[in-house]
Amino acid sequence: MATGERTWQRPTIFRTRRVKWAVYAGFLAFFVWSAVGIGFDPRRVLQGIGNTAVLIGDFLPPDATARELNRIIAKMLESVAMAMVATVTGIAVSIPVAFMAAENISPKPLYALNRGFISISRALNAIIVAILAVKAVGFGPLAGIITITFKTVGFFSKLLAEDIEDIDMGAVDAVRATGSSPIQTLLYGVVPQIIPRFAGLSVYRWDINIRTSTVIGIVGAGGIGSVLLTAFNRYDYQYVSAILLSIIVVVLFAEGVSAVVRRRYQ
Amino acid sequence: MLHVTNLQKTYHSGDEALRGVTTSVEGSETVAMIGPSGAGKSTFIRCVNRLTEPSGGEIELDDTELTALGDDDLRAARRDIGMIFQEYNLIERLTVMENVLSGRLGYVSAWQAFRRSFPPADIKRAYEILEQVGLGEMADKRVDELSGGQRQRVGIARAVIQEPKILLVDEPTSSLDPETSNTVMKLLTNIAADRSIPVLINIHEVNLALEYADRIVGVHDGELVFEGTPNDLDEPALDRVYRGTDIPDTTTDGEGSTETDDQEAPLTTTGSTAGGV
Amino acid sequence: MSAEQPSWQRFDRRRRIGRFLAVLAVAVVVVASWQFMDIGVVDPDTVPREIADLLTRMYPPDVAYTPQIIGPLIETIHIAALGTVGALVLSIPVALLAAENTTPNAATFWLGKLIVTVSRSVNTIIWALIFVVAFGSGPLAGAVAIAFRSVGFLGKLLGEEIEEIDFGQLEAVRATGASSLQLLLYGILPQVKPALIGLVIYRWDINIRDSTVLGFVGAGGIGVQLFQSVNAFAWQSTAMILLIILGVVVVTEGLSAYTRGLVR
Repeated sequence: MATGERTWQRPTIFRTRRVKWAVYAGFLAFFVWSAVGIGFDPRRVLQGIGNTAVLIGDFLPPDATARELNRIIAKMLESVAMAMVATVTGIAVSIPVAFMAAENISPKPLYALNRGFISISRALNAIIVAILAVKAVGFGPLAGIITITFKTVGFFSKLLAEDIEDIDMGAVDAVRATGSSPIQTLLYGVVPQIIPRFAGLSVYRWDINIRTSTVIGIVGAGGIGSVLLTAFNRYDYQYVSAILLSIIVVVLFAEGVSAVVRRRYQ
Repeated sequence: MLHVTNLQKTYHSGDEALRGVTTSVEGSETVAMIGPSGAGKSTFIRCVNRLTEPSGGEIELDDTELTALGDDDLRAARRDIGMIFQEYNLIERLTVMENVLSGRLGYVSAWQAFRRSFPPADIKRAYEILEQVGLGEMADKRVDELSGGQRQRVGIARAVIQEPKILLVDEPTSSLDPETSNTVMKLLTNIAADRSIPVLINIHEVNLALEYADRIVGVHDGELVFEGTPNDLDEPALDRVYRGTDIPDTTTDGEGSTETDDQEAPLTTTGSTAGGV
Repeated sequence: MSAEQPSWQRFDRRRRIGRFLAVLAVAVVVVASWQFMDIGVVDPDTVPREIADLLTRMYPPDVAYTPQIIGPLIETIHIAALGTVGALVLSIPVALLAAENTTPNAATFWLGKLIVTVSRSVNTIIWALIFVVAFGSGPLAGAVAIAFRSVGFLGKLLGEEIEEIDFGQLEAVRATGASSLQLLLYGILPQVKPALIGLVIYRWDINIRDSTVLGFVGAGGIGVQLFQSVNAFAWQSTAMILLIILGVVVVTEGLSAYTRGLVR
């Protein structure tokens, strides 16, 4: 008795192969639409690639006069200083916010409010926050500190709140049962359980803050970003290159420190 | 000493964990509360110091009505109640010493708690109690490095350093092997006797209850179904507690129906989950 | 018999000194930084007051402005989508170069690492500045900037995934006489696919947020609108734009979490 030929097809997570092809087609259509939307013209792209090649020549070698070099150093220090201060203030503010945003220890309305605040902080790009800060308090590093503090709170509080939600509530109960006050319960029962991750998270965020501090100057919030923008506007690409180099060096250094600290304490 | 009248607890889910339990603990006796899982034993104990809020009833400790206390007064009252938990509930990352000292939190300020600067008298007491429970050398060890039995002893030390008027113990032995269980029970009763304080123990190993308790209280499905001395706990009584059957006291036709063995009843009941957070 | 009062400290001497020094160091750095920035004495009232002032000006948001925002918003989504896809394509070879076990030789390994490092250390908006010069202002430059930033991110993490794969599976495929490309398709890709898809979606989520500001430097998207309304002090329009951005980010995050849950 001859059986028909057995076929095999690669298994797929989509319910049927039709759905799979439909989804793929949908994506393709979307990307074509996107390409048209942004003016993806092969000629323009090629021209752009050509321009980039030329540009690389303009960028190299990086060059800065002595005065320009001093400016880079001064402004870079300003960036780093902003990041330092703002990381500390950001973490300080994050702590109460995190406790208020932890479902297991915070009353509902407070929880919702703080989670909302955290969401806003995380949704807005640092540059947007920077521009608003500049409009509020004027140009300069103060706006930068406000920006980075705000962004730090969103990041740090969310992760800290998740940590708090994961703790062993039994131990907290036991501390409560001895007759301790709410603050003592927090300090003795909750805090020891969240400390391990605290150091690692702090230095991780500091790393990110260093990066942020190098660009928010573009909208006037202090730091080396403003120097970079001016250089671009003057078509002084070798100077731009020098600035970029200094940014890369600082960012890599911060990343290195962060990696070392996290390895030691985790 | 402790008088509980008509204690009720109904959870939001509608679950009636306690349907009006009345009992008391006097003098310096040891009372064991037995019953199947979900009977309400844990809920009862947790209601006494209001870790779980009762839905109704009265709890009187030494002429103080606990259910009527405001937050500050409740905290003061909790200092007098030493609680020992099933899963030890120690702060794992901290040392033995820190966990024991946490029993004195009700007597120090938040700042002292943060700085861990407890009065010298407390420190002295802590070392003494650690000696007594056999952990004298372990004061600076982290709790997560200890065995189950050792952890339970830290829990006992923590409760005892409070100098409480009563000890409430929630299933101290369910996570322990039989030999360690005996050691812990012996320790518990000795320490309590030493200080002449009453103990209320939730326990589901009936043999341990029989051996160590002065009085036994049996709970089934949120109701008190037995109260008496270990001698009074005969088979019909056990049935009432563990099966809730309304068997009259004297059984004339005791044909070998199945399992009527003291040991049988509560073999391995996983910890009661009736306790809400 | 008088026994000496036993004492107890939470941390031993060395650790206490260590902790003290650490706190001191941080304090010194913070104070020095503050002095350096020469911000002067800031009246603790001023900052909250000024921020509150700004926020009140934003209320109520100008809902009527919405139709004008839709176009640029869609452009932003396009930028993020294309940039992410472009990065995906480019990141596969980069990841192979940057992974110890698949890179042909030391030189290619360092090349891969270099590409990844440069890409990751330069903020998206700086890339945008560069590509506006090369491609002219507009969303094309924005998409390229997004792609360039994302290549490093994807390349690094994908490279790490590749380093973790099971070699036995590759050997078996090679033993059948498969070519290098087939090895990639049948041996490597199936093992890293779930992680890769997760990473791409994660990066796309981040790219949406990044794309919202590219307009500030002329690289298209809703940033253009936002920049204009902020500079014109049109706070209520600004508020509307921010709300819409908020909405888009929330939706994106939801989608991201959902699809990452599907891909296992």
